[in-house]
Parts: sequence; structure tokens; C-alpha cells
Amino acid sequence: MFDSLATATVAIAGGAYIVAALLFILSLGGLSRHETARGGVVYGIIGMIIALAATVVLVIQRTDWLGIVLLVVAVAIGGSIGLWRAARVQMTGMPQFIALLHSFVGLAAVLIGWNGYLNDKGIAANLIGIHHAEVFIGVFIGAVTFTGSIIAFLKLSARMPSAPLVLPGRNALNLGALVVFVGLTVWFVITPVLGLLIAVTALALLLGLHLVASIGGGDMPVVVSMLNSYSGWAAAASGFLLDNDLLIVTGALVGSSGAFLSYIMCKAMNRSFLSVIAGGFGIEAPTKGVEETGEYHEISVADTAQLLADARSVIITPGFGMAVAQAQYPVAELARVLRARGIEVHFGIHPVAGRLPGHMNVLLAEAKVPYDIVLSMDEINDDFAHTSVVLVIGANDTVNPAAAEDPGSPIAGMPVLKVWEADEVIVFKRSMASGYAGVQNPLFYRDNARMLFGDAKDRVEEIVHELGRLSAATSGGASRTSA
Amino acid sequence: MPIGIIVESAPGETRVAATPSTVAQLIQLGYEVVVERGAGAGSSFPDADYEAAGARLVSKKAAWASEIVLTVNAPSDAELGMLAKGAVLISWLSPGLNPQVVDKLVALPITALAVDAVPRISRAQSMDVLSSTANISGYRAVVEAANAFGRFFTGQVTAAGKVPPAKVLVAGVGVAGLAAIGAASSLGAIVRATDPRPEVAEQVSSIGGTYLPVEVGEKMESSDGYAKVTSEAYDKRAAELYSEQARDVDIIITTANIPGRAAPKLITAADVASMRSGSVIVDLAAANGGNVVGTVPGEKIVTPNGVTIIGYTDLARRLPAQASQLYGQNLVNLLKLLTPGKDGALVLDLEDVVQRAITVTRNGEKLWPPPAVQVSAAPAAAAAPVEAVTKTRRGIPRAVRIALTIAGILALFVVIAIAPPPLPQHITVFVLAIVIGFYVIGKVHHALHTPLMSVTNAISGIVVVGALVQIAVGDPLTRVLSVIAVLLTSINIFGGFAVTRRMLRMFSKG
Repeated sequence: MFDSLATATVAIAGGAYIVAALLFILSLGGLSRHETARGGVVYGIIGMIIALAATVVLVIQRTDWLGIVLLVVAVAIGGSIGLWRAARVQMTGMPQFIALLHSFVGLAAVLIGWNGYLNDKGIAANLIGIHHAEVFIGVFIGAVTFTGSIIAFLKLSARMPSAPLVLPGRNALNLGALVVFVGLTVWFVITPVLGLLIAVTALALLLGLHLVASIGGGDMPVVVSMLNSYSGWAAAASGFLLDNDLLIVTGALVGSSGAFLSYIMCKAMNRSFLSVIAGGFGIEAPTKGVEETGEYHEISVADTAQLLADARSVIITPGFGMAVAQAQYPVAELARVLRARGIEVHFGIHPVAGRLPGHMNVLLAEAKVPYDIVLSMDEINDDFAHTSVVLVIGANDTVNPAAAEDPGSPIAGMPVLKVWEADEVIVFKRSMASGYAGVQNPLFYRDNARMLFGDAKDRVEEIVHELGRLSAATSGGASRTSA
Repeated sequence: MPIGIIVESAPGETRVAATPSTVAQLIQLGYEVVVERGAGAGSSFPDADYEAAGARLVSKKAAWASEIVLTVNAPSDAELGMLAKGAVLISWLSPGLNPQVVDKLVALPITALAVDAVPRISRAQSMDVLSSTANISGYRAVVEAANAFGRFFTGQVTAAGKVPPAKVLVAGVGVAGLAAIGAASSLGAIVRATDPRPEVAEQVSSIGGTYLPVEVGEKMESSDGYAKVTSEAYDKRAAELYSEQARDVDIIITTANIPGRAAPKLITAADVASMRSGSVIVDLAAANGGNVVGTVPGEKIVTPNGVTIIGYTDLARRLPAQASQLYGQNLVNLLKLLTPGKDGALVLDLEDVVQRAITVTRNGEKLWPPPAVQVSAAPAAAAAPVEAVTKTRRGIPRAVRIALTIAGILALFVVIAIAPPPLPQHITVFVLAIVIGFYVIGKVHHALHTPLMSVTNAISGIVVVGALVQIAVGDPLTRVLSVIAVLLTSINIFGGFAVTRRMLRMFSKG
């Protein structure tokens, strides 16, 4: 009786897992378009509820009351922390938040792997070797994800300098770690002792640390989506270990979609995908390009406002600096004011602007910029040539003409926003320092470029104010009858 | 080093090479500025303003004897004689058109720089006096046309009846043409424009005009930024276009100049005869022979059928204050380039293409003509680096790629064949899921990268299932570890979904 009930529950759980896996696929599919995105999240939530409910039913049948209490308490605490943080996190802090979440998946995979080792009784003799290999692989990927994400979190939240750590023979170190891992796996399959598991955990933790520490802050969008991919692979490895197809499917989904996202990012930065997932990128220590000597022209807030008021079309290209200055609200207000004056306003977003894929879109959406005027680089790059004014707000490398024009530049070949083709370019900048890639930007010395120094938020607010004054002056002054 | 600003002696000249505001900028570059009394009178800049800007008022002789002399026109022989030994003359010398000027300059121990020879590269735009002058001429052409035209430019419906808008044709969309289009359309006229270069169509529409293409299978791009001579087929079709337009429009403004050649005749006598009485033609190429048959350089004439043809060659001089200001600013920008130390010491660097291009003589040594300069936007120059970049992107050769792919498939095959169950089933699921994941997000919208990432993050919290199952195991250590794992992944699941919903709520279509 009991046995048949248990079998039935397992069968039902199996069915539930398939439904959940399908819902997850629909969820990811929905998330690729604006119209279906919210529905996508709902699919994901329903899938998760089904999967959790089925698992909980399974667990309840097998465990004692203590297990149930622990389960409920852990989910309750974890869930409330998650909801609390999710409600509180600043949109500008989204990259580090997501990096931190990746680290949790990694750590969980490590713990599950350890548990898999500690409870390997009752496994068929012909499978025990495979089981141990799975433990090893799961722990390895999980640990790399864990420390990698922690370092990414520290770098993104500026708790750690974002400059790349350059150890001698860094590629040899990474490769060596992989070779040692393979060797340890073989050894562990033959003689599964705890010491080896500890050794591989330590090795993987160090590898994750080194992998991300040696990547510069400018490449963080790729790193975050790469870690996303790793966390998926870690989940898939746990699935193999636990004989659970749902974990395998989900892990593989997340892993491959994350890898594909990283691939898109890499293309945007003209980097080789392979060298990115291997962590060996960002190697090109910023070789000083041709030292750009020239003069930059400064512009005042009043002149900028006047220029904007007279403009026919304006493109705003934000970068990480906008996030730093928390300038998305004034920028959105500026766009609104300009649009109200009948000026065509668009936002041009470079694929790697910010420190997270889509970072700028999230910030602009937060400030209620309508998403149909926010265009990607490919959509907008041909429009610069007939644009009156471009406002570069806190972007540097993504608008660097050297990438397109100077084959010797460290960022040569990286697709960039061709802002310099516009009639006037106004660059909001704190100082004349170079960007994350450490490359000088010849844009600043162009004749159609004007520098507006200072905090982006303050400057944009002043411009909005000035524009208000200008329109008051024209409407209150001489009568301007329209033709 | 002192800079001398002189009274222009050319007949009819109203401009001056520096205004009070550019004088102030010259002083900031470290120069001392001396101005001949009355230099700015023609442009309505009184001597007192120059003094207030920091200049010293001097006699004609003293101004000409300065180490650097700025002028608008090429100096007369008498004036050249007043230049000091080793002086630097910066002026509109037109060395290409007037070889005799070059010969006269070579005979003197001076350095002569021709500002009108600045190459058309983006770096030198701020010194391009031709553009500044053309801009003024284009604007003034419209003003002259409006003055001679007996009606409104803008269409109106008034109590006294309906007024049709004036129709303006601008031939040649260079700087002057664009300025004319802008000025005419802001007065309310319907503006059409022609040009052999189809790429100017966008520029025309951007300032309110309509581009009339000449439909022949010929494209024209130019390596030096100026229009070239056109082909026969093109000319034939263009002539038809001009004839059609001449019958229709009220005002024609022609701006077609080809450097170093006589201006092309665009509007024939028959075209002029077909225009309505009261129509106006402004020929900006009058100095080079004119684009219109019947243009008299420097004159305004009225044809027997009542068409006014304006052939003024001094349009820039008719806006002296503006012309002087722009010309003066061009000179300031040039002197910025020539004064790298900002210390009032002029340094001529012949390695620099801009400086080389304008140098006619250096201390009596003839350096004209300079080597040709390619405009930076020329397509030939841009192609090479692009090619180099695409080559470096291909890291792995094709054969190696294919080999790797085959090896991967074989390895997968072998693993599934020899692995004991349930491993083959798991691997199948795994591989299929990878492919699905790849395709499902294949066309993700760029704006959704972050929400997608946070939702995949929440979903990868599914490892909680593994941890939950392990809670069921009685072993205390396992329990502790799995409780921690459940706690962490719960943060992921709840936090990930919540934050995604929060982000998506913010995306709105306006």
C-alpha cells in the first residue's frame, strides 16, 4: 500500500517536472520580447511552484517532522530575504545584485555535490564511478561560479578595485588548474577519499577567484552573463548527480542561453567567444595607443541648452557614468522636455554600455523613458550622420572613434556608436581621464565635440532648468506666429 | 609677437580681419595686437571697442610693420612693401587662382599663409574661411532675392485673400546652397534643390528643402569634398530639369562653383525667358563667369521679360559685421594651431597637413603648390583598416573547426553508447535542452538582457529541488548542508522573480 503510494507520487512528480521544464522554456521564450515578457515571468513562477510542490510532496513522504520543519524554515527565511532585497535593490545596483545571486546557485551546487558524496550508499556498483565523477564535476563548476560571482560582486559594487589582476603566466595558471582537475577526477573515481574532494573544492574556488579577478571592469557585462551561464551548468551537473531530469533541463537551458548572451556581448566587443569563457580575455593590457594630443573645447550649460533648443533631432548615448551619477531621472526629464518642444529624441544604447547586459535599458525604463525611443546600436548607428546634437552621458569607450578608425588601437574593431558623425557632440564627463579600457578617446578633440565637465546629474538638471527658462522667454516675449 | 590688423584697401571692402571679440582671443594666445585706426569702421566695430578688448591703436605704417599681419584681401604692391623682413602674412591669397600673387610673395623675405587653402578635413573645419564665407553668401542671396521679389515668401490666408508661397530653386548644395535653403525655408518658401551628388539629399531635407534628383545612372562622389565636372548624359537631363523648374519657380539661386574652372552654365537664356515676370535669379557664381546666361558680375539687371538677375560678387561684404566675425574666428582657430605653446610665439610645422597646405612661401622660399590632401571621409582610405579588422577576427581556421565539431559528435556518440543507464537518457535530455536554450533566446530584444538574466537566475534556483531531496536524508551533516543550500536557492528564486517583475513593470511604451 505504502509502496504503491510512493511509486505513484514519484510518477506524479516526474510528470510535474516535465510540465515545469516546459513552462521554463516558455518563460525564457517570453522574455525575449517586450510584449510577452511579463507573461514569461508568470510562466516561470508557475513552473517553479509546480516543481517545488511536487518535490515537497516527495520529501514529506520520506522524511520525519524535523525535516519538514527545516524545509519550511529554510524556504521561509530564504524567500523573505530574497523578496526583501529584490524590493530594495537600486536599479543602478542591479549588476552586483545579479552577480550575488549567481554566487548562491554556485554555492548550493557545491553543497549538493558534497551531500552527494556523503550519501553515496545504495548506488549500483557499475554507477558508483560515474556518480563520483558527477560529484566532482558539480562541485568544481559550482565552486568556480561561487568565487567568480563573489569577485564580480565585489568589483561591481566597487568594494574591490576593478583593474584586472595580472599574474605572470595567467593562462598557464587557468589551464594548469583544468589539467589538475581532470587528473583529480580520475584519481577520485578510482579512490574516492574526502581529501580529494576538499582539494578540488579549494582548487575550483581559487580558479573562480583568479578567472574573474583577472578581468577588467569594462568587460563586466560579459562576465556577468558568463557567470549566469556557469550557474546553469552547475545546476545541470547537480541534475546528473541526483538523477533529476528537471535539473538537467533547466540547467542546460540557463547554461546555453547564458552562453549565447555572452556570445552576443562578445560580438559587440569584437572579442573571441572562446577566450572569454576561458577567462583569458582582457589580456591586452592597455597598450598606450597614439597619444592623442589636441585641444578639447568646453561648453557651458547655457550654450548646451541653447544648442538643444535649436536642434532638430537629439540622440542621447548613456554609459556607465550615467548609472554612477544616478542621472537617469534628469536625463529622462530632459528627453521629455525636448520631445515636448517637438524635437526628435532617441536613445542609442551600446550593447555593452554599463556593467550588465541591458543595464542602460533598465535604468531608462525605471525613469519612465518610453522603450520605443530607446534603440540599440544597430538600429541607430546610421542615424547619427543626420542628427543635430548627440549627448554622450558617461560613456567613453563605446563612442570611441579610434575603434573604427585606428587599427592600432587596443579596442580596434569593436563596434562603436558613431556619435562623431552628428553635427554636434556634447560629452558629459567628470574629467579628461580615459575610459575603462584605458584608451584615450580622440572624440574629445574633434571639432564638433564639446566637453561639459562636472557631475552628469547636476549638469543635466541645470540644462532642463535652462530650457525651461528659454521656452518661458520665447513664449512670453515677442509673438512668434507660425508659418 | 605683435599682430597687426589693418584697414582693408580693396575697393568696396567692408570687412576686417579681426573683431573686438577675436582680438581678445588673440591676446589670450599670448599675442600683442595692434589695430590700424578705423580698421573696423566698415563692419561697425568702433576703435574704442578694439581698445577695450586690449588692442593698441596705431598708424597704418605701424600696423603693417607688425611681425604678423592679418588681412582679408591680398595686399597691394604698396602694402607688401610695408611688410617687415621675416613677417608672417595671413590672408585670403587665392594662390591657386592668382599665380602672379605667388610670384610677388616669393620675391619678399616673408612667410605667406593662404587661409583659403585650408584642406577640407574635419580637423580643419574650424579654420575653413571658404565655408564661413559661403554660409554668409547663401544667406545673403536669399535676402537679396527677397528684396527684389515683389511678394511674400510664405503662404498666407488673410482677410484680403490667399497668398501663395514663393517657390525657390537652389542649384548646388554646398555650404552656400544649404545656407540658402535654410534661410529661404525659414522665411516660409517652398524650397527645392539640385546637386549632382545624391548623398546631399538628406542634408537638403534636414533643413527644410526637397531634393530633386537628376535621374541618370551615374553617381558622383568626390575625394576632395567638392563637386566635380559632370558627364554629358547627366548634363542633358539636368538641363531638362532646370527648364522645367524655371517655368515653375519664382526664385532661382545658383551656387555651382567648380574649383579652378569657369562656373558651369546651368540656366540658359531660354530658361530665363520662360520665367514669370517679377521672378528673381541670384547667381552666386557670378565672379567665376556665372551659372546663368545673362549674369553681369557685380550688377543687378532686369531682363526684357521682367526677371531680375542679381550677379553681386560681394555678398559676404554686404554682411560685414558677421563676415568679419566668422573670418576673424577662423583666423583665431588657425592661430591656435600655429601657437602650440599659447605663448604668443608662432611656430609653423610643415609636417602638419593643414599648415603645409596653407603655406605659400616661407621666408621667401616658394612652397606652393602643396601636396594633395585626401579628405578623411574618402572611401578608399576607410576600406583598408576595416579589412584588417575582419581578418583578425577569424581565430580558428575552418578545417580545424570542422574537425573539432566531428570529434565532438563522435565523443558524444561513444559516451552514450558505452555509458550505463540512466546516463544516456540524461545526456540526451541535456543536449536537447542546450539546443532549446540556444534557440529560445536567439532573438532576445537588447533591452531585455537584464530581465532575462535575472529570470534565468531565478530558474537556475531550481537546484533547490536537489537540496530539498537531500533534507530528507537523516544524516545531520547532510541536513545542515542541504538546509543552507535550500536557504540560498530560495533567496535566488524569490529574489530573482521579484526583481524581474519589478523591472518589467518599469518598461512602458510611450
